Amino acid sequence: MLDFLRKLGHTAIDAIWRLGYAGKFFFLTLIGSGTCFRRFHLVIREIYYTGVRSLIIIIVSGLFVGMVLALQGYETLQRYGSSSALGVLVALALVRELGPVVSALLFASRAGSAITAEIGLMKATEQLSAMEMMAVDPIARVVAPRFWSGVISLPLLTAIFNAMGIFGGYLIGVVLIGVDEGSFWSQMQAGVDFREDIMNGVIKSVVFGIAVTLIAVFEGYDSPPTAEGVSGATTRTVVTSSLIILILDFVLTSFMFRGV
Amino acid sequence: MERTTLDLWVGIFVAAGMAAILVLALKVGNFSLNGSSTYPVYAYFDNIGGLKPRAPIKSAGVVVGRVAAIAFDQKQYKARVTLNIDKQYQFSKDSTASILTSGLLGEQYIGLDTGADDQMLKPGDTITLTQSAIVLEKLIGQFIFNKAGSSNHQ
Repeated sequence: MLDFLRKLGHTAIDAIWRLGYAGKFFFLTLIGSGTCFRRFHLVIREIYYTGVRSLIIIIVSGLFVGMVLALQGYETLQRYGSSSALGVLVALALVRELGPVVSALLFASRAGSAITAEIGLMKATEQLSAMEMMAVDPIARVVAPRFWSGVISLPLLTAIFNAMGIFGGYLIGVVLIGVDEGSFWSQMQAGVDFREDIMNGVIKSVVFGIAVTLIAVFEGYDSPPTAEGVSGATTRTVVTSSLIILILDFVLTSFMFRGV
Repeated sequence: MERTTLDLWVGIFVAAGMAAILVLALKVGNFSLNGSSTYPVYAYFDNIGGLKPRAPIKSAGVVVGRVAAIAFDQKQYKARVTLNIDKQYQFSKDSTASILTSGLLGEQYIGLDTGADDQMLKPGDTITLTQSAIVLEKLIGQFIFNKAGSSNHQ
C-alpha cells in the first residue's frame, strides 16, 4: 500500500516537473529565436523539410476530404430539396473545423514525429553536447528554427488544404452530380464571412502550429538518449499532440462560435 | 540540397499558401462587401422573428447589404435593426423594409422595396415604413378568433 502511494506521488511530481520544464523550455526557445531570425536561412531550411515536404499529403487529403463532404452532404441535403446549399456546407465545414484540425493532425504525424526523432537522435549521438562544447546554444541553433518553421508552415498548409477541399467539393458537387454552379458559389459567398469564419480558422491553425511544434521539439529535446527513448518520444509526440489538438479545438470553438 | 533550390521551393510553398488564403477570402468569403463601402440605415420593427445579424438585405431578390446589428429600443419597445447597405445602391426615403423568409424553412432576410420619393436615404436615416415578421402562433390565434367571430354571426 505504502509502495503504491509512493509510486503515485512519484508519478504526480514527475508530471508536474515535466510541465514546468516544458514551460521553461518554451521561454528559452522564444529567447533563442532572436538568433534564428538574424540567420533566417536556418528557418527556411526547416520550412522546406516540414512544410514543403508535407504538401503532397495535405493536397491529396484535402481533395479527398472535400469530395467526401460533397458526396455525403448532397445525400442529406437533397432529401430536403436544398442541394443548392452544398457550397455553404462544404466551405463552412472545411474552413471552420476540418481544415485546421485535419491538417494539424496530419502535420503532427508527418512533420512533428520527424522533428522529435531528429532532435532525439542528435541528443543520443551527443551532437547537442558537442554544440554546447563549442559555445553554440543548441536551443537557438537547433530548436528555435524548427519551432518557427512549424508555426509558419501549418497556417499555410491549412489554407492550401481548405482551398483544395473546396475544389474537391466543386468537382463532385458541380461537375459530377450537377448542382447549379451559380448557386454553389453565390450561396457559399453569402454564408461564409471573412472575419468570423476564415480568420477564426486561421487563428485556430496558428494555435495548433504553436502547440504541435512545441510538443515535438520538447519531446525530442527531453527524450532519453537511447534508441528506446527516441522511439518512445516519437510515439508520445504523435499521441500528445493529437489529443492537445482536439482539446484545444473544443476550447477555441466554444470561444469563437457560440452561435449568434 | 543547394541553398538556391531550397529557397525556390520554400518560395513556391509560401506563394501557394498566400494564394490559397487570397482565394478563400475573395472566392469563398464575402470580403468585398466588408469595409467602408456600405452606409448604415436604421429600421424599427414590432417583431423581428428569427432575424439574425449578418442576414442578407435583398431588393428584387438581389443582395444589396447585410444586417449589422439588432438591439432592443427601451423607449418604443421595438427592435432597432441597423442595416448596412452597399454604397452603389440608393433607395428612396419612403422605402419599405419587411422581414421575409426564403423558402419554407429557410433563413429570414430583409426585403427592401423602394418608394416614389425623389429624396434618397442618407447614411444614418431611419426607414419608417416597416413590416414585421409573421409569427405562426399569432397567425393561428387570429384565424381561430376570426372563426369564432364568424360562427357567432350565423
